Amino acid sequence: MFARAMWLILRKDLTVEVRSGEVAYTTLFFAVSCVLIFAFALVRDGRAPEDGAAGLLWIAIAFAGTLALGRTFERERQSETLRALLMAPTARPAVYLGKLLGIVALLAGVEVILVPLVALLFNANALLEHPAWLAAILIAGTVGFAAVGTLFAAMLIRARSRDVLLPVLLYPVIVPVMIAAVRGTAVLLQPEVDTQVAWFWLALLATFDVVFVTLALWTFEPVMTD
Amino acid sequence: MPKWFQPAAIVCALMFAATPIVIANAPFESTMGLVFKIFFYHMPSAWMFLLGGILCGIASLRYLINGAARHDRTAFAAAELTVLFGLLTLVTGPLWARKAWGTWWVWDVRVTASLVSWMIAVAYLILRRYGGPGSEKLAAGLALFGMANVPFIYVSVNYWRTIHPATSVVPTLPVSMGGPLWFCVASFLMLFILLFTMRVRLEEQRARLDAVYLSLDE
Repeated sequence: MFARAMWLILRKDLTVEVRSGEVAYTTLFFAVSCVLIFAFALVRDGRAPEDGAAGLLWIAIAFAGTLALGRTFERERQSETLRALLMAPTARPAVYLGKLLGIVALLAGVEVILVPLVALLFNANALLEHPAWLAAILIAGTVGFAAVGTLFAAMLIRARSRDVLLPVLLYPVIVPVMIAAVRGTAVLLQPEVDTQVAWFWLALLATFDVVFVTLALWTFEPVMTD
Repeated sequence: MPKWFQPAAIVCALMFAATPIVIANAPFESTMGLVFKIFFYHMPSAWMFLLGGILCGIASLRYLINGAARHDRTAFAAAELTVLFGLLTLVTGPLWARKAWGTWWVWDVRVTASLVSWMIAVAYLILRRYGGPGSEKLAAGLALFGMANVPFIYVSVNYWRTIHPATSVVPTLPVSMGGPLWFCVASFLMLFILLFTMRVRLEEQRARLDAVYLSLDE
């Protein structure tokens, strides 16, 4: 029942996305524009700052992710469907998890395009040399970001000035995710990848994911009740 | 206001008036010199900052569990004091660091963790101020996440080597230094309690006034 509700919400979000492409296209275009702006700002004479690619990749993910979070829930608000979702005779945490997976899937799609672009513009071909490590760090980091982001975006749906408030609340809380994700990615840029350090950051990200998803599952219920 | 409030406020004012004298008479720290005196304000405000954060987190958790408005008022008052004492900590810290470490700002564990926690407290107040009706619950959720976040901030920032003096420095200080320090801690704690009482009471009065308006409308 729980898994089914979760799956239905995820499928619904993906179907809407596949048909309209609204959030996917805007988010992707925004992320690409972000990377370009940073490339203009930081790359001089074809030389990118050291570890710049790692930081930039995650800045773009965080910015684009904020946009995506805001838009997905704005859609639910405009058509009053979030109320319907919450009124459905299903466990609230299932709604949260379905939404979370939708955001993660969307951001994963954006990352697939973002990573080669960053590697190209910031001379960071090393980024593509360890696909398994990179994928693990990307997924762990994205889940951590989206776990907090989904809860906050859902909470803010009824608040005034929610567009401004989302990044204001979200960014301070995801500082550890950003540090771990950026440092973990930077490890992969080194000529000799220090797997021990990479493991440390990956483990930190995974712990963060577990703690914050659990906490969000618990908080979602009282916070979404009027 | 409770009966003890006025006398306590007078005592607190007198204590704060006396702190400059007490600090001036504290022994001179030879390695850091005069700048060490900032420590007498820096550490107590950092402790009150921490106390405010813990109070806010616990009250928010209780508010989320049983929804009693009393806990929400406590959390709000504590969050405001967290921002206030956090600001004092973050201003006095760099003043000291400039002299002691030769730089205004270092990305050391405790400095960074304090800054991020302070930002979460500020975000809490922003949400309360601009979130509109219903933002109490959201703010409580934010406080809970902020509290759970602290260990992660610590571990992640710890990657950069720390140069902040360890906590163990305090008990090892000579008694002549510890006396004035504890005096300052007591003064700050008293100020914290007074402001906290005042703030909670203000929120209670507000809630009462709202209830009166509501009953008039009916």
